[in-house]
Amino acid sequence: MTAKAAAVRFEDAAVRLGGRTIWSDVSLTVAKGEFVAVLGPNGAGKSTLIKAVLGLLPLAAGSVSVLGRPAGQASGAIGYLPQRRNFDAGTRIRGLDIVHLGLDGARWGVPIPGLPSRARETERVREVIELVGAAGYAEEPIGQLSGGEQQRLLIAQALVRRPQLLLLDEPLDSLDLPNQAAVAALVRRICRQEQVAVMLVAHDINPILGYLDRVVYLAGGKAVEGRPEEVISSGTLSRLYGAPIEVLRASDGRLVVVGQPEAPFVHGDRHAHG
Amino acid sequence: MVELSIFQGVSWNVVSDVQQLFSYPFMVNALEAGTIVAVMAGVTGWFMVLRRQTFAGHTLSVIAFPGAAAASLAGLPLAVGYFGFCGLGALALAGIAGSRRSLSGESAAIGSLQALALALGFLFVSLYQGILNGLDSLLFGTFLGITSDQVTVLLVVAAVTLVLVCVAGRPLFFASVDADVARAAGVPVQLLGFGFLLVLGLSVAETSQITGALLVFSLLVTPAATAHQLTARPGLGIALSVAIALAVTWLGLALAYFSIYPVGFYVTSLAFGIYVLVRLGRGILDRPRATARLAGATS
Ligand SMILES: Nc1ncnc2c1ncn2[C@@H]1O[C@H](COP(=O)(O)OP(=O)(O)O)[C@@H](O)[C@H]1O
Ligand SMILES: [Mg+2]
Repeated sequence: MTAKAAAVRFEDAAVRLGGRTIWSDVSLTVAKGEFVAVLGPNGAGKSTLIKAVLGLLPLAAGSVSVLGRPAGQASGAIGYLPQRRNFDAGTRIRGLDIVHLGLDGARWGVPIPGLPSRARETERVREVIELVGAAGYAEEPIGQLSGGEQQRLLIAQALVRRPQLLLLDEPLDSLDLPNQAAVAALVRRICRQEQVAVMLVAHDINPILGYLDRVVYLAGGKAVEGRPEEVISSGTLSRLYGAPIEVLRASDGRLVVVGQPEAPFVHGDRHAHG
Repeated sequence: MVELSIFQGVSWNVVSDVQQLFSYPFMVNALEAGTIVAVMAGVTGWFMVLRRQTFAGHTLSVIAFPGAAAASLAGLPLAVGYFGFCGLGALALAGIAGSRRSLSGESAAIGSLQALALALGFLFVSLYQGILNGLDSLLFGTFLGITSDQVTVLLVVAAVTLVLVCVAGRPLFFASVDADVARAAGVPVQLLGFGFLLVLGLSVAETSQITGALLVFSLLVTPAATAHQLTARPGLGIALSVAIALAVTWLGLALAYFSIYPVGFYVTSLAFGIYVLVRLGRGILDRPRATARLAGATS
């Protein structure tokens, strides 16, 4: 794989937060147009990995390049959906406006209605809202929508600029099973149609298993990457956790990880500071 | 009639009453000042309500009181005290917000600042006995004695802040509703937060000069909160916020002119009345819609 083809490349990277190493020696590559899942237990540093890609957190060691540039310098070409973000019921702003901010929110000034460019943008916003299936409620105040409805609008916001890299932090979290499958299929379709590289943080691999190209698994302060069946295997996960892990495949193809220790156990130094 | 005796010199003929209002230069000054203040408060208030910074806004209004009292004590124009103290107060709030305390620690720090401001205000008032006559207008507002110089200062400050708000409008809106994504998109979220506190301080300083320090909220919060209830469209919301602030200011000034009660009382009561009506209306409007949406979701 050439350096030019990489959407994201970590080399021997490490992040320290509050005096604690979250992960280290992380080397991984996400190719353009590839759908990669980031998995791992709570507190393993999945969100931290996404923030490092965004350039919101400095690395303590190693390097990361994003779309051929240092992290933080490609924000225009990245769509980002932060973890567990619910607008509270008092937020009386239309979903439509929230999506529109994904397009022009970083631009100085105020929107001027009637400009041709404004009309083109409004058209693009409608199109992307259609794409995620949120047209029925995009005009409602976002605080009054369900978690799943808000999530679709936020995915639309992340997509609206036709990014080359999409960073989705637990986008399936607040959705019921049919919606999880639908959103996973949607992300895969976008990934293929528009050649967008996707890093999707998930808690459970099963709703996305059929759509993935590769998996990054974070645990115990380290990361492994590979094809799903290579990474989600008894041997790889046991090595990563340093404890016996068993991966079972149910008759319907679902993977079940058995013996996965809780994150605090893995991070033995978590309570060291108080 | 007993209830009418509080209104004096009123003819109950709208045209001649309005003519009477505009025939006195001090009243024209008051109307001009009120108009400037209402526009500024309507715009910044809309952002303050969106950002849930009403507690910070309230603190700044409490800080306006010692500002005015200190200016009287020093023999300076009141505006110097208002702008000086509210500007410093905004810097202090920005410092508190920037020091990354927990949210509860932050509101405790802001609350302590409020208490200190009140204590200072009463200290200055008791140091300078002469001010006591003017104490109620510092707290509850006055429309008397607004000079045309004062109007000019209000206009310049309002124009500068409104230009700043226009330049930063869209990223400020982004940072206010969606700070995480805005930051990732390259919006200077923290800088805008500091800048907005400063704008808020200037707005409070302007508004205090009409409504008094204690009733700043009637122009800064109530019209904006009403506008948020009325519409979820940002542009329309800001326009409505300004329109309501203008309406209650003009009506409040007219009522105060013809009556014995301070202008702040009327502005506050009118704004509150509109807010309650809109809240009630919103409750009635939202119920069938929410039920319909729920029914749609389950079918
Ligand atoms: N600003 C911070 N300072 C100190 N520790 C942090 C900070 N942010 C996150 N952490 C810690 O880093 C670890 C990884 O967090 P995170 O990346 O959110 O995990 P995940 O997304 O995998 O659940 C957690 O143990 C969390 O407590
Ligand atoms: Mg996380």
